[in-house]
Amino acid sequence: MSRTQATKTGTAELQRLAAAGRWHVIKTVADAKAGHIGGPLSAMDLLVSLYFNELSVDPGNPQDPARDRFILSKGHCAIGLYSVLALRGYFPVEELATFDQGGSRLQGHPDMKLTPGVDSSSGSLGQGLSAGAGMAMAAKQLGTDFHTWVMLGDGELEEGMVWEAVHTARRFKLDNLTAVIDLNGLQQYGWPVSEDDDRFDRSNPWSGVDLSGVFTCFGWNVISIDGHDFDAIHDAFDRVREQRGSGKPTVILAKTTKGKGVSFTEGTYKWHNGIATPEQLASAAAELGQVFEGEAK
Amino acid sequence: MKAQRDVWGQTLVDLARTDSRVAVVDGDLATSTKADLFADAFPDRFFEIGIAEQNMVGVAFGLSTLGFRPWLSTFGVFLTHRALDPIRMLVSQTGAPVKIAASYSGLLNGSSGKTHQDIEDLAIMRAMPGMTVIAPADAIEAEAAIRWAADHDGPVYLRLARDAVSDIFSPGHAFTPGTVHVLREGNDALLVSTGVQSSRVMDAAALLAEEGIEARVVHVPCLKPVDEAALLSALSGPAPIFTIEEHSIIGGLGGLVSELVTSTTLGKTVTRLGLADAWSESAPNSYLLDKYGLSPARVAGQVRHALADD
Ligand SMILES: Cc1ncc(C[n+]2csc(CCOP(=O)(O)OP(=O)(O)O)c2C)c(N)n1
Ligand SMILES: [Mg+2]
Repeated sequence: MSRTQATKTGTAELQRLAAAGRWHVIKTVADAKAGHIGGPLSAMDLLVSLYFNELSVDPGNPQDPARDRFILSKGHCAIGLYSVLALRGYFPVEELATFDQGGSRLQGHPDMKLTPGVDSSSGSLGQGLSAGAGMAMAAKQLGTDFHTWVMLGDGELEEGMVWEAVHTARRFKLDNLTAVIDLNGLQQYGWPVSEDDDRFDRSNPWSGVDLSGVFTCFGWNVISIDGHDFDAIHDAFDRVREQRGSGKPTVILAKTTKGKGVSFTEGTYKWHNGIATPEQLASAAAELGQVFEGEAK
Repeated sequence: MKAQRDVWGQTLVDLARTDSRVAVVDGDLATSTKADLFADAFPDRFFEIGIAEQNMVGVAFGLSTLGFRPWLSTFGVFLTHRALDPIRMLVSQTGAPVKIAASYSGLLNGSSGKTHQDIEDLAIMRAMPGMTVIAPADAIEAEAAIRWAADHDGPVYLRLARDAVSDIFSPGHAFTPGTVHVLREGNDALLVSTGVQSSRVMDAAALLAEEGIEARVVHVPCLKPVDEAALLSALSGPAPIFTIEEHSIIGGLGGLVSELVTSTTLGKTVTRLGLADAWSESAPNSYLLDKYGLSPARVAGQVRHALADD
């Protein structure tokens, strides 16, 4: 069976979806009084691009064995994934309101046994790339040609297990595996700002490190992009497809802004998690609502 | 009434003023655990390792070999599970004076769900030879335990809760390892508890008293070592024994009490209340306490029910 591409979605529509997704993140977390903001917002353009333009998946048949796999290794960004899954039709957008409440299918961290569309549980950082490697290895062994995508955070890359998986993926020639790294330059606490880093109120965890070089040394294909530029994202996805057969796994190093899309959450570690006040919600609604109309009330 | 995590950072800052051995090794969670107070006060003795818990333990061990008494600080679950092997080999087997400050322990961790809820820590840590295992009842006992641990020349596991509970102890309380506290007298039921659950069990005992059921409440803050003679004497008498813990009913306090009771001629039944071999979920605290039988009302209800069946 050959891979069916998702129908191409235009940039304006992607922008609208991403704004809607961002609104659902900030609103749902405020209502639940628990959850993460910065990471879901930085990843939103990538998530929307994956689900609306790349992944071969069928929301009506979430367990289709031939589907592409997606693992949100940075599981604390679950609400970002749930928002996109809802927009894509896996479950009603209204269900987002149950996030973090007792009995909900939408747990604080992704649960593959509960949420349609979630291919692997996560929450303890650093484990998703190994899970993805296993799926990619099984696909090769079984002769199925789905592609496995894993999204990681840049802070998450500090976990040793990530690098064990980086080694495994090369060793097993997993050109059907792609890691997307959300390089938003911030984690939860991290380190104080150093001289070589003037952009954030905390230091970029990888400042002074040539991450692209590191992955290259490990034998991976490396694609570096702006993770908020939809055209660049799609070019990267095209190149991933071209690399299948190369015997090398690919990493997309996506430079992003933590908290992207809402002025008061952008570029600060203080909105790693947080609960927006009614005034902040109103200002986020105004800002995002200009892009996706109506829905933000 | 303070949260244990709130006294955690502050107590270490106090200690560090006079004790140059005190250091903190963080796993990117200082804002949650409140270790950021220490980072601000003693930046030179605050080591931010990032999201790398196994590495944290190795680093803390290394620091300890040169005279430091480092405190590992992150969510407990990532220490007792992710970093268990380094804790076992480098800390427990060497007897290194590394202190494990397990923040956000138990069920109540701000709706993060089962990935972050540590309901097996007491079972795991109790099984480690040489490990002192402490689950304080309130912020006051937590502070006392931190002060004791800082002086102790060996590994200590300290279970800390995220959210505040009503105080059990009065300011100035000192911690002595092994001590068992009878918090309330009664002859109808024996309620044994540990950690912040003891505060909820005291509330349960008050509810039972309103119905004429007088329960003795026994708080066991130190699961290892434990003064066995003192615990056995607290468990004596005809009243049935209940263990109640914000933990799995396997291997924690229920395990400890069952092991002790069956190794003597006490000949009593132990009813273990807690997480009955099940994973929990994301939900507000009140929902979780109610669902898993740990709220005062639910504890009282289960005890009343068991007594009526007798
Ligand atoms: C093993 C593990 N350690 C610690 C945490 C707590 N934690 C959750 S999010 C986070 C920071 C993650 O930073 P990053 O990977 O950069 O994610 P993003 O910036 O995209 O939110 C931490 C430390 C965790 N979930 N898992
Ligand atoms: Mg980040």
